[in-house]
Amino acid sequence: MGAATVYLLEWRYEFIRLLRSPGFAIPSLTFPAAFYVLFALVMSMGGGSRGGMATYLLASYGVFGVMGPGLFGFGVGVAIERSQGLMLLKFASPMPHRAYFLSKVLMSVTFSALIVASLFVLATTFGGVTLEVGQGMLLASILLLGAVPFCALGLAIGSWANGQAAAPIVNLVYLPMAALSGLWFPLRVMPESLQTLAWVLPPFHLNQLATKTIGMDDGHSIYIHIGALIFYTAAFLWIAAVGLRREKALSTAQVA
Amino acid sequence: MQNPNIIELSQVSKRYGAQLAVDDLSLALRAGEVSAILGPNGAGKTTSVHMMMGLLRPTEGAITVLGGEPGNPQVRQRTGAMLQVSGLPETLKVSELLHLFQSYYRKPLQKDEVVELAGIEKLMGRRFAHLSGGEKQRIMFALSICGDPELLFLDEPTVGMDVGTRHRFWEVVRQLASGGRAVVLTTHYLEEADALADRVVVINNGQLVADGTPAEIKAEVPSGKVRCRTTLDTARISTLPGVGYVRREGGMVTISTSEPEDLVRALLQADADLTELEVSKADLSQAFLHLTDQAPTKLEAA
Repeated sequence: MGAATVYLLEWRYEFIRLLRSPGFAIPSLTFPAAFYVLFALVMSMGGGSRGGMATYLLASYGVFGVMGPGLFGFGVGVAIERSQGLMLLKFASPMPHRAYFLSKVLMSVTFSALIVASLFVLATTFGGVTLEVGQGMLLASILLLGAVPFCALGLAIGSWANGQAAAPIVNLVYLPMAALSGLWFPLRVMPESLQTLAWVLPPFHLNQLATKTIGMDDGHSIYIHIGALIFYTAAFLWIAAVGLRREKALSTAQVA
Repeated sequence: MQNPNIIELSQVSKRYGAQLAVDDLSLALRAGEVSAILGPNGAGKTTSVHMMMGLLRPTEGAITVLGGEPGNPQVRQRTGAMLQVSGLPETLKVSELLHLFQSYYRKPLQKDEVVELAGIEKLMGRRFAHLSGGEKQRIMFALSICGDPELLFLDEPTVGMDVGTRHRFWEVVRQLASGGRAVVLTTHYLEEADALADRVVVINNGQLVADGTPAEIKAEVPSGKVRCRTTLDTARISTLPGVGYVRREGGMVTISTSEPEDLVRALLQADADLTELEVSKADLSQAFLHLTDQAPTKLEAA
């Protein structure tokens, strides 16, 4: 079989594995859309700027949505497979090490695409959101690329936490980080200290990039936000590499 | 004709900080043989096997596997492994797991042949989560042979298998070895090494303690065990013919020896009041205990 087959099959089975896991598939695929229906479509009814709210929340719930697969699918998956010894078995096999990580990134982007698509359908069909084609494509691309830093964060957690601790840890990270990054309520309504804190959180930077495509960001330079996301991705990968190296037999593994 | 060497270890050591996990180990394992690596927990078995698989690099010394460096892609293409894995993705079906692992190999074994050898016909459509412990072990075995490997590593392979499955498993492993493959087995089941291996390598504290056929291992060590009730003290008994270890429980003494007849004569001479004399032959497990200098109670607890 060709070398590309390994990558495609790893990706496909990684996707199927999670699609068949209700504990992962149901919350990650439906929560962002459900929140969107509730807060963007139902609760903002009758408000004057309905289209504005629905547009803003398309971007910020999109960010919320693409955080999930990397953390819960990739991160928790790595923790479990590491604890079970499956990771070692795969690294001892002829599978290219890169295929292990790359397939999980592709799985996260695939789930993210489904989440983003569901939000776009809701927004344009029921929310009265109108975006130019180029604008919509740019927003979708930013969101899908934005899944990658959260894969790195998931890998960092999964490389240190054991299989049972990983999911609770991810939950502790995920929800507060989303809230404090202004994904649920705009940062302006929060105390100034929390607004400052948001600057150290990766979702804040992704949300700034996403909302910039619709002209609703805080107006900082995109290079700051892109730089911050690249920095965090590199830092998380480094933390992951250190974590994996603690395990003696994984010391020859190549991360990414 | 001697089969070619598949694995060669030359003065290999592995150090973790101050701890020496493997100490100057030299070894050559041949094709067409089942080689069992025996040793108590922490003896360096797993570290040795992980180095042979290229998962760990030796601190000193050289390892050659299938004529190449352990862990290089060409060598891995010709190697299969059954490691101690507590689970595979639970929502995937057995057929899907096999499909995935076969894709890693350029020339995998025919699927039907894998299914037949591992005895997993009826499990193919089941999800991994729905299998029993023994069935899961069979899947692990199927994945280890699915690439048609010339070299097969089996790390404690029969844990969780029932007796019938275990005997069938041994048969298949022997069949694979007689086809010219090399099998490296680590096991705690001494019965397994005795029944399955052509060759037994005993490791303790990272060092090679003994190397030979199961029969040779047995010949090298105390062939008998003597039990009796005696008032003689341990130091005195240790000076008697061929004595290995001496253990006391209550008034009863258990003595291992390479010369049971001479020992019995000497014992009776030294203690006229000796009673409850029993003499038995050593099995491989006793041989193993002697070589690694462990009390049997300790091993049973492991």
